[in-house]
Amino acid sequence: MSAAHRPVNRPLSPHLQIYKPQLTSVLSILHRATGIALSVGVLYLVAWVVFASASASTYASFQGFNASILGRICLGGWLFCLYYHLANGIRHLFWDAGYGFDLKDAYRSGWLVVAVSLIATALSWVVGLRLV
Amino acid sequence: MSDLRSPLARARGLGSAHDGLHHWWAQRVTAVALVPLVVWFAVSLVMLSGAEYGAVRAWISSSLAMVLLTLTIVVGLHHAQLGMQVVIEDYVARDGLKLACIVAMRFLAVVAGLGAIVAILRIGFGG
Ligand code: HEM
Repeated sequence: MSAAHRPVNRPLSPHLQIYKPQLTSVLSILHRATGIALSVGVLYLVAWVVFASASASTYASFQGFNASILGRICLGGWLFCLYYHLANGIRHLFWDAGYGFDLKDAYRSGWLVVAVSLIATALSWVVGLRLV
Repeated sequence: MSDLRSPLARARGLGSAHDGLHHWWAQRVTAVALVPLVVWFAVSLVMLSGAEYGAVRAWISSSLAMVLLTLTIVVGLHHAQLGMQVVIEDYVARDGLKLACIVAMRFLAVVAGLGAIVAILRIGFGG
C-alpha cells in the first residue's frame, strides 16, 4: 500500500456525556448558545429599524411588546448574551494570538468573563431597563 | 500528535472545506470590528430604552448613528452568517439539507441587511 492510501490515524471526539461539566466546557458551549441567540437578536434589531421607518401607529404596536415585562426580559436576556459573547470573544481572540493557554490562565480569564458579563448585565438592567 | 490530514490533503494544504482559512479569518476580523460597535450599541440601547417613536427616529437620523448602526447591523449579520454556518455544519448531518439550510440562512442575512439599510436611509433622509 502506498503512503497516499494508508488510512489516517485520526483521534475520535470524546463523548460529552461522560464528562463532569467544568468551567471551561460550560463557557465554551455558552459561547455558541449566546452566538445563536445574538443572531436571532440581530434580526429583531432589523425589525426594530424597519418598524421605526414605518408610521407612528405601526411602530407603537411593536413598541408595545418591547415595553411589556416580557419584552424587557427578552431585551435584558439578549444584553446578557451580548456582554458574555463579547467578553468571551475577546478571550477567544487572545487564544488565537497565542496567549492564555495555561490551565490556570484559562480558569482565571474564564472567571473574569463571568464577572464582567454579570456586572455589565446588572448595570444595564438597573440603569436602563428598570427590570430590578 | 498524530497527523490529522492524509498526505494528499497536506500537499494541497486547503483544509476540508477548501476555504477554511478565509472563513476563520473573516470570523476574527468581524469579531474585532464588532467590539467597539456593540459597546456603542449596547450603551445606546440602554439609554434609549422606553423611548417613543419621535425620539427613536431622531436618534437614528443623526449622522453618527446612521453610520454606526448600519455598520453594527451589516458587520453583525456577516459575523452571524459565518458563525451560523459552522453551527449548521456541526448539527445537520445530511448533505443536501445542510446546504439548503446554509443557503436559506444566507439569503435571510442578505435580505435583513438590505432591509435595515433601506429603513435607516428612509428615516435619515425623510420619506
Ligand atoms: C452582533 C453580534 C454577534 C453575533 C450575532 C455573533 C454570533 C456568533 C455566532 C453564531 C458564532 C458561532 C458560534 C460557534 O461556532 O460556536 C460566533 C462565533 C464567534 N464570535 Fe460572535 N457574534 C456577535 C458578536 C461578537 C463579538 C462582539 C465578538 C467579540 C470579540 C465575537 C467573537 C466571536 C468569536 C471569536 C467567535 C469564534 C468562536 C469559535 O471559533 O469557537 N462575536 N459569533
